[in-house]
Amino acid sequence: MDQGIIGSIFTVIVFIAFIGVVYWAFSKRNKDRFDEAANLVFDDEESKQNQDNQESNK
Amino acid sequence: MSANTQVQPDYNYKVVRQFTVMTVIWGIVGMSVGLLIAAQLFAPALNFDIPYLTYSRLRPLHTNAVIFAFGGCALFATSYYIVQRTCQVRLFSDKLAAFTFWGWQAVIVLAAITLPMGLTSSKEYAELEWPIDILIALVWIAYIINFFGTMIIRKTSHIYVANWFLGAFMLTVAVLHIGNSMAIPVSFTKSYSLYAGAVDAMMQWWYGHNAVGFFLTAGFLGMMYYFIPKQAGRPVYSYRLSIVHFWALISLYIWAGPHHLHYTALPDWTQSLGMVMSIILFVPSWGGMINGIMTLSGAWHKLRTDPILRFLIVSLSFYGMSTFEGPMMAIKTVNALSHYTDWTIGHVHSGALGWVAMVSIGSIYHLVPILFGQPKMYSTSLVNVHFWLATIGVVIYIVAMWMSGVLQGLMWRAVNSDGTLTYSFVESLEASYPFYVLRFIGGAFVVTGMLVMAYNCYKTIRAPKVVPTTNDAVATA
Repeated sequence: MDQGIIGSIFTVIVFIAFIGVVYWAFSKRNKDRFDEAANLVFDDEESKQNQDNQESNK
Repeated sequence: MSANTQVQPDYNYKVVRQFTVMTVIWGIVGMSVGLLIAAQLFAPALNFDIPYLTYSRLRPLHTNAVIFAFGGCALFATSYYIVQRTCQVRLFSDKLAAFTFWGWQAVIVLAAITLPMGLTSSKEYAELEWPIDILIALVWIAYIINFFGTMIIRKTSHIYVANWFLGAFMLTVAVLHIGNSMAIPVSFTKSYSLYAGAVDAMMQWWYGHNAVGFFLTAGFLGMMYYFIPKQAGRPVYSYRLSIVHFWALISLYIWAGPHHLHYTALPDWTQSLGMVMSIILFVPSWGGMINGIMTLSGAWHKLRTDPILRFLIVSLSFYGMSTFEGPMMAIKTVNALSHYTDWTIGHVHSGALGWVAMVSIGSIYHLVPILFGQPKMYSTSLVNVHFWLATIGVVIYIVAMWMSGVLQGLMWRAVNSDGTLTYSFVESLEASYPFYVLRFIGGAFVVTGMLVMAYNCYKTIRAPKVVPTTNDAVATA
């Protein structure tokens, strides 16, 4: 196999992997999971602290 | 509020505090050295005929100080903070955390001693000699163990995307540093690279460009994905886009290095590959930038009142600008004009001062009150003053370098009808003179802003404690 063939195969594999990542990220099945993950930034306040305290400080 | 202080995990804020304070201090040191060597370019007498103060020795000190001391401390501080807060668990090991802090400060001090002495491996951004390289590797491995160890013992089910970027930054920098620094020591202070010729050049820019891609981009994107949502009080615009952003960015960046070696002894196909990959890199870069800026959609009014948020968002604007400029400069025909000119310096500083420094400064203004038990910074109007000093300074700097760079590129390539060069090199140097003065003025704005920041941080830290330090609810207000 020459360099050109190896390069072509690699390009196709990376392309398929990219489509796979996009599919995984945007599939309906994972929507809730990722929405939950997006809120991780605020979770350690809300789960640990008084919600009212939170709101009054916002 | 005091009733709630016991329930939050007992985070290790000590190491975050230490790195945060050192970020400000090293920022001032590194940028001041930059200001001095900027002045030397139009007033060479400012090296005072002392070898330790010559441009050649201070320039690597400047780059190492701003990238690894200022940027590095900012990354250590924020990554240790983010990983604890988003995994809801204390750091894996306090001892390793202390080792990374003191080890990293030792590296910086050793750099500040050896570089002015002229001890250098002469590899750009990797000038430090082999004993220091070994210390860096040890500190870095301790850092990785501590960071990934914390993620392993996390209390949350998901690993927040900021930690993905920070983890990728750490792993890649370890590979880059160890790979590129391979050398044969001939004495305690002198070594020769294991690589030779064009391979050495390729190794160097594989390292050099990915220092930009992973140290100065992926790590700071991790910062962006935590502090922008936190400061804006709303989750990131699209978490799903951030996943695509992550995989696309890390799989593309590693290929872009050869664009630093256009029209050199590097094989032509390698140059073309580097160019194509650099152009494709534009897509994930802008995807990430849009994702960060759109986080404010529906809450744009916050920019009017919150200078910290302004720092963070404007840093993304500079990021977008320099990640458009970068792919453009990687095109071989454009590079033929821009390479070796001041345009490159302008590009680097729009990334380093506009993106890296501003996102760090915004994050630190967010962090300092939380870490030192204050409801907010001592003075919000001084944060605003710093914002304008930084923005105006960066704009003056990069505009000066663009003009100087394009002028140099055009003068160097100009030929007479008989094929001889129209201008001598010294003529192009003379033409750059006013722009060097202008660049110095821009840099002075930036350094002044950092001094304002230091004062503001000092007053915030020294103020009487009013909020328990483990509680940051008020700081997000």
